[in-house]
Amino acid sequence: MNNDEPETGTSRRGFLRQTALAGAGLVAGTSAARAEGADPLITEVQPWATEFGDPVDAVPYGMPIRFEQHVVRRNVEWLTESPVSSINFTPIHALEGTITPQGCAFERHHSGAIELSKADYRLMINGLVERPLVFTFEDLLRFPRTSVTAFCECAANGGMEWGGAQLEGCQFTQGMIHNMEYVGVPLRVLLEEAGVKPEGKWLYAEGADASSNGRSMPMEKALDDVMLAFYANGEALRKEHGYPARLVVPGWEGNMWVKWVRRLGVYDRAVESREETSKYTDLMPDGRARKWTWVMDAKSVITSPSPQAPIRHGKGPLVITGLAWSGNGKITKVDVSMDGGRNWVEARITGEAKAKALTRFHLDIDWDGSELMLQSRATDETGYVQPTKDALRAIRGRNNVYHNNGIQTWWVRADGEVENVEIA
Amino acid sequence: APAMAERLGLGRAALPEEISAWDVAVLPDGQGLRPGSGDVATGEEVFAANCAMCHGEFAEGLDAWPVLAGGDGTLRDMRPVKTIGSYWPHLSTVYDYIHRSMPFGAAQTLSVDETYAITAFLLYSNGLVEEDFVLSDKNFTEIQLPNADGFYPDDRAESEYPLFSAAACMTDCLPEQKITKRAVELNVTPTDPDGKPAGTLPDLHAAAAVAPAS
Repeated sequence: MNNDEPETGTSRRGFLRQTALAGAGLVAGTSAARAEGADPLITEVQPWATEFGDPVDAVPYGMPIRFEQHVVRRNVEWLTESPVSSINFTPIHALEGTITPQGCAFERHHSGAIELSKADYRLMINGLVERPLVFTFEDLLRFPRTSVTAFCECAANGGMEWGGAQLEGCQFTQGMIHNMEYVGVPLRVLLEEAGVKPEGKWLYAEGADASSNGRSMPMEKALDDVMLAFYANGEALRKEHGYPARLVVPGWEGNMWVKWVRRLGVYDRAVESREETSKYTDLMPDGRARKWTWVMDAKSVITSPSPQAPIRHGKGPLVITGLAWSGNGKITKVDVSMDGGRNWVEARITGEAKAKALTRFHLDIDWDGSELMLQSRATDETGYVQPTKDALRAIRGRNNVYHNNGIQTWWVRADGEVENVEIA
Repeated sequence: APAMAERLGLGRAALPEEISAWDVAVLPDGQGLRPGSGDVATGEEVFAANCAMCHGEFAEGLDAWPVLAGGDGTLRDMRPVKTIGSYWPHLSTVYDYIHRSMPFGAAQTLSVDETYAITAFLLYSNGLVEEDFVLSDKNFTEIQLPNADGFYPDDRAESEYPLFSAAACMTDCLPEQKITKRAVELNVTPTDPDGKPAGTLPDLHAAAAVAPAS
């Protein structure tokens, strides 16, 4: 038995060189790999098989193992003028399933992530209501609760790609998104406590932060499925996601998911605040702009292979995995093309396709080592089929800024490296 | 109005001074405006002291900070310049946003009169009023911004959804496709030390030997 650390390390490295060669053999066409010699990771007793690991009280609240340290949020500095009114990106290239770990779920702030305790938290409901009210957080925990799993996609997700292929990796081109299981109170219940007057047609929600992020929504949506959420993926919201309370607005653009919510004002018309005039309005070719483009349309992306997830294992079995979602309901189908949209194969949905939530799809192929132009195309329950970028640009031009749900193309090269491209 | 379910009796009445402190929103028809006034000259002084370090003396924007004036008639250009004068529909938004959220990093430090004055100065910077103009709660809604009619509510249900809801082609859909754009040619993505896009999955043939200590 040889447990001496340096020696074990040496022999392991030696073995790894051998496996790299075995990998090359795979590329040459061996499908069932055959050991070229006994694997010391099996034949030698490893330290973790004989010594103790960490005790249970080593880490009261754990972080991922260090080998996963590439699975983190990343930013792109040149996108914004200030890091407190900015964006970062979820590492969707490295995740599976549908639930986003909160610790690497993207952030978008307009004046930074504020620290607001439950003791200091206040929620006001005012305007066209019978009884303007103030709630403490303690009050809010006494209302009947509901839950929903929903994607929060920034309206600007993929916005940098309107004009062409710009960033390298789906974390950067599709990663302004997260998907969590929320628990909270329906706005309907809170509004009933105040008593909305018949002329109260619009709800204006604003945050406790300096930017306020005030947004108007029609009362029908507020009373339908909008939630004041306190829990996400089982625990309290993270500070950067609105602790202790945020709006969850299923299917609608992320900007309306107001964080650190402090006030719900009921009015007879839209406020037409900065975040729904200057921003989150979509310039069209005639120089006019769409406003109130609330819903996020059906969309998908192949998360692997992708530029940050190249193919290193050679020919043979290859898992194509990706995400699809729609603000207009459930995903019913995802098609995958390997030749840039000439021919399509239906992928399988793995797990449940929940309405207005991220949905996982897979397609398993036998890769022969040739170049691929990979695409995915989502269909939702309304029959809407995810369009190409060209189809969107034919209607909207190139200065829409927001709402880019165009089909993404990955060029898989023969060496297994993957690029973000446009094709025509 | 929603059906009145049983109330739980949670929360308490909001006091007028609490509502006044937090509900400072101003709507396009002037709802929410408070009594006060400010002229262009005063606005220029307040702007120079509080705003010009980012937005420029003439609201033209310094470095990459937002441009608040200019860009008239550029909305159909290749690179439109969207400012208060060229793009914003309502003066109410200018007052409201500045009063609540500016200056960046020291928000809610401007008085009602100072906000009227800055708003008057921004109208002047955008060539929309004379230099002796005085803005107040009385004449506020008489001001019409140039792009007031430049917006229309979401029409995707008419202009896009029918087009994109046809049965999708599955085979022989297109001629052979060629690459027209490559992100690698721009090379503006953050990278790992080896030059790969930041966050690239580790190579498992080498990872165990070189896995970095945290």
